[in-house]
Amino acid sequence: MSGGSISLSFEVNGRPIVVETAPVQRLSALLRDKVGLTGTKVGCDAGDCGACSVLVDGEVVCACLVPASDVAGRRVRTVEGLSNGRLSALQQSFLRHGAAQCGICTPGLLVTASALLDENPAPSEAEVQDALGGVLCRCTGYRKIVQAVMNANRPVAVESGTIAPRAAVGASPIRLDGERKVTGREIFGADERPSDALSVLVVRSPFWHATFEIGDREAFIAAHPGIVGVFTAADIPGENRFGVIPPFADQPALAEGRARFRGEAVALIAGERDAIEALDPASFPIAWTELPYCLTTEEARTPGAKLVHEGRPDNILTQGLVESGVPEAGLARAKAIVEGSMETSYVEHAYIEPEAGYAMVDGDTLVIKACTQAPFMDRDDTAKVLGLPPEKVRIVPLATGGGFGSKLDVSLQPLIGLVALKTGRPAALVYSRGDSMRSTTKRHPARMQARIGADAQGRITGMIFEGDFNTGAYASWGPTVANRVPVHASGPYRTPNYRAVGRAIHTNGPISGAFRGFGVPQATIMQETLYDRLAGKLGMDRLEFRLVNALSDGDRTTCGQELHGVGIRQCLEQLRPHWERALADAESFNKESFKTRRGIGVASCWYGCGNTALPNPSTIRVGISRDGAVVLHQGAVDIGQGSNTVIAQICADASGLPLSAFTLLGGDTGITPDAGKTSASRQTFISGKAAEKAGRALRETILRFANVSDAAEISLEGTVLVIREGQAVRHVSLDNLPADAHGYAFSAEETYDPPTTALDGKGQGKPYAVYGYGAQIVELEVDMRLGTVRLLKITAAHDVGRAINPILAEGQIEGGIAQGIGLALMEEYVPGRTENLHDYLIPTIGDVPPIETILVEVPDPEGPFGAKGLGEHVLIPTAPAILNAIRHASGAEIEKVPATPSRVLAAIQAAGRKP
Amino acid sequence: MDYARPTELEEALLLLKQKPWTVLAGGTDFYPALGAGPLKQDVLDINGLPELAGITETDDHVVIGARTSWTEIMRHPLPPAFDMLKQAAREVGSIQIQNRGTVAGNLCNASPAADGMPPLLALDARVELRSADEGQRLVRLSEFVLGNRKTALRPGELVTAVHVPRHATAGRSSFVKLGARRYLIISIAMAAARIALEGERIVEAAVAVGSCSAVAQRIEGLEQALIGRYISNISELVVDYPLSELSPIDDVRGSAEYRRLGAREIVERALLQAAFTDAERGVAA
Ligand SMILES: Cc1cc2nc3c(=O)[nH]c(=O)nc-3n(C[C@H](O)[C@H](O)[C@H](O)COP(=O)(O)OP(=O)(O)OC[C@H]3O[C@@H](n4cnc5c(N)ncnc54)[C@H](O)[C@@H]3O)c2cc1C
Ligand code: FES
Ligand code: FES
Repeated sequence: MSGGSISLSFEVNGRPIVVETAPVQRLSALLRDKVGLTGTKVGCDAGDCGACSVLVDGEVVCACLVPASDVAGRRVRTVEGLSNGRLSALQQSFLRHGAAQCGICTPGLLVTASALLDENPAPSEAEVQDALGGVLCRCTGYRKIVQAVMNANRPVAVESGTIAPRAAVGASPIRLDGERKVTGREIFGADERPSDALSVLVVRSPFWHATFEIGDREAFIAAHPGIVGVFTAADIPGENRFGVIPPFADQPALAEGRARFRGEAVALIAGERDAIEALDPASFPIAWTELPYCLTTEEARTPGAKLVHEGRPDNILTQGLVESGVPEAGLARAKAIVEGSMETSYVEHAYIEPEAGYAMVDGDTLVIKACTQAPFMDRDDTAKVLGLPPEKVRIVPLATGGGFGSKLDVSLQPLIGLVALKTGRPAALVYSRGDSMRSTTKRHPARMQARIGADAQGRITGMIFEGDFNTGAYASWGPTVANRVPVHASGPYRTPNYRAVGRAIHTNGPISGAFRGFGVPQATIMQETLYDRLAGKLGMDRLEFRLVNALSDGDRTTCGQELHGVGIRQCLEQLRPHWERALADAESFNKESFKTRRGIGVASCWYGCGNTALPNPSTIRVGISRDGAVVLHQGAVDIGQGSNTVIAQICADASGLPLSAFTLLGGDTGITPDAGKTSASRQTFISGKAAEKAGRALRETILRFANVSDAAEISLEGTVLVIREGQAVRHVSLDNLPADAHGYAFSAEETYDPPTTALDGKGQGKPYAVYGYGAQIVELEVDMRLGTVRLLKITAAHDVGRAINPILAEGQIEGGIAQGIGLALMEEYVPGRTENLHDYLIPTIGDVPPIETILVEVPDPEGPFGAKGLGEHVLIPTAPAILNAIRHASGAEIEKVPATPSRVLAAIQAAGRKP
Repeated sequence: MDYARPTELEEALLLLKQKPWTVLAGGTDFYPALGAGPLKQDVLDINGLPELAGITETDDHVVIGARTSWTEIMRHPLPPAFDMLKQAAREVGSIQIQNRGTVAGNLCNASPAADGMPPLLALDARVELRSADEGQRLVRLSEFVLGNRKTALRPGELVTAVHVPRHATAGRSSFVKLGARRYLIISIAMAAARIALEGERIVEAAVAVGSCSAVAQRIEGLEQALIGRYISNISELVVDYPLSELSPIDDVRGSAEYRRLGAREIVERALLQAAFTDAERGVAA
């Protein structure tokens, strides 16, 4: 941006400053790039997310919409100015309430809320919502934010204080990485950049399907001073194919002459920052030839449809099947059968942090610092593309501002890595919101059909399910979806005769990958809405019908796996009083109300934690240094869900050392062993189990050294390890001990790989070692004339096995529910049309109703301290429970989500229920 | 590109006379519309012009300066006929957007979904335009916004204010916005209604609907039908009225059919809210 340059004086956080700037430069860029205040975040550059909120003369504005010239002589306050020396009451309240998960939205929320609290120290819930309506959060579901703001100025009853040894599990210590998040000090992908870094601009396909030819690069470079290089597929030194599942790896880092989807990267332009910012992308010499394309699975499966990939006939990437019993016979025996179809849309992850990071060469190692969910997978894919041995690539995860599955796949890593290798200079890249939405993965749109039958007692006799999942142009996690769906499509219910098929189909649409639940949320919408109709046909209460069929200990799944520690029944039973109360409330409300009808819905979930029938190890290392620090190499990347805290709690209690003694090292592949990816709800279970084993092993090593029994207590006093057993006390001076292979006085490293077996041709086997369960009730109102839906309350019962950290668990539940609300009611990514947060709608603070969480603890025999996974489970029941409640309220049977007002009203009319 | 931030209106008009500029007011439409790459337009920043600030009242007009933000509209004491404009203001984006975005910018941007349009149409607003050569002219709002992103602004002209004639400030008013989420939402449809009563008889009616045609429309046929009737007749009159002023289209926010149905419903609700207090309608506040 230019317009000359002005000398601008203004006040930031009480400090007068003078900077040179272009007058129309966005205030957000000025603060971050020129003043160095990176606490102000940028999520969209368009006013849609509020992450950049700052105060100008006390009024809250989006800094991305304010020209620099406008703040001349004025006072600007950013998150960095909220604490003077010590945290403000509001910041402390955010910590106490667990109102920050990934933390990328936190600065904007704090600034906005501080403006509210200045005027109104004790705001109501509605006032908080009105004030914060302009700031999006994709992680928390907002409820803890509302509580934190309402209670900011109320006295605190108990400070959580220090937690006694062996009491960390089950307590809710403030998240260990919390303070950085509420002060703006957390460093996300876009917050760090070496001063000599080049900027990288990615040239992307504007077409669904096209061949291209790149013109005269040398002339282009010569004509643009400051542009240092142009790189294409021909410059890639390694194998230009990446993919999260190696046998299916098919995606080029830069397309080779043919782009298969809109947004695919085809070339890189590297240059000085100013030159890249001043560059008109349209000046890049590239000629396109559009090709025929298909965007839906129907088109892609039409005989004769053009293949997206040669060698994948019928555009089928892969297909999963689970079959048990005799499904047709089971259905034939049924007293009642229901049948239906359901369609879901592309859903965008819409984390508030677009992908960002930088790469640099350090000696003979390529170092990449970026946001990620899977550092070792990034390392291996980047190394492969760049032709380097994996150990010559080091991934240093920066804080990740939300991931939800999409930051499992590499995005910018091979691109910036290539530029750094080729130029020898650091290379930085921050995706725009549009690039992030166009080029990264989505939730698979699904087209599903199913038939389910039950006998007169309401027992399921059989189910047949079939689903086509639009996996887009490249494989990504398509195979996982195709395989996970058939395993889970029965829901947590005994289904003796069963056949489920899931297919991943290529199209030229956006790549569908991992998104919280890998296809299971879609399949559950199909199954749980049919369950409501089936209960109706049988004249049974919808909750009791589910209880009749709920899996119990010792039951076998449709894969033939015998289950233990099954908590679905307990979840549904816990919901029963709420269900009865809600039904009665709705009935009395509806007696008097016709334009607005109340409805109640329920749905369940189950979800296997970890990879499906594949090895899935995590390794955790913990050591006590010779200067007395307990160092946890915590490689389970914390993308906001809380693994930094949870893994440390588990390790602390297993070792017997107090949590407060722990220092964390992150998932830097150069210093921390591989704890696997943050996905599939596996970290608490698998990395947690590895942490438990490592903690125990560390303890045993120390006990053996001190020659005491397991009854001994270990504590640290400076550099002295104090071991007490009964009256006996031993002091071990750590600084006198030799360093072990990892440089510690004592250390342990343990790996855990859950016991699973491969699935046979009919999907029989033991795909997961641990499952988690849950059920939710939704209460809502439908406006019968407008088709709008207002959520009143959601009650969520989730069996977590053991709540290692109840506040974080609640945070996962509330955040998952918010995403389930989006899936059900508003989120529909229309490729080419909704590539921004203006048209692509995610829930705001006013769209998430009060949530009552019930944590059910049915210990799992395998999980650490009995814990099960939770992260994905939580959003699975929400959408079907909402659809069931809409139907209960209005008769509307929704066959495509999101259930927008338009679709709901059409369905109300189709049901003949318009008042 | 050039950038200018004049501090006097005369200076701004002289600049506008010399070449085309993109006017920058609150910037809430300006910045999101910037594509990738460097800024190419010349930018005339009007935020230094004191003449364009604030709301003033003359004998026959309420004059809303072009720099007036949505927040200022909400805070300024105005007669109940302006309630619909205040309600619209409260629903524009978020507080962040309301603090910066201007009413005039909303009109100049000429989006079919501009929330300022229906209430200002129902207030018979005029747009005050000035240029160095032609001085000032007042254009009816319905003749100012000509189509999607199209206005009657001539080269060299600046919108300096929005005028609401006193004759159009009688009665009570209300605004209803139909959107798919609670905050930060572009309207699927919105309706503004103003009615003046004698007892329970409607003596004046102004109804406007947005997002259901390229430019928001006054629903004059319905207004005519309402005048002389009683507030108890509102629902039946709305149900019977064909709404032929509207020509909604299908888009991601809703189908054309949905907009037709929804528009009728929100027109009715806006009229009822303007006609009855909450207590009279039996609605809990
Ligand atoms: C997140 C977000 C949410 C939004 N939500 C809504 C919403 O709910 N409802 C809604 O209606 N709008 C919404 N908007 C759009 C926008 O905020 C409004 O249209 C706002 O009123 C525009 O005013 P502005 O001063 O910011 O305009 P600017 O961006 O400064 O200007 C808008 C256009 O008008 C021209 N212009 C401005 N002033 C003048 C003048 N005096 N003379 C001549 N030309 C002029 C500019 O050149 C530009 O083309 C939203 C925008 C964002 C970013
Ligand atoms: S970055 Fe400014 S609102 Fe999103
Ligand atoms: S905590 Fe709000 S976006 Fe992550």
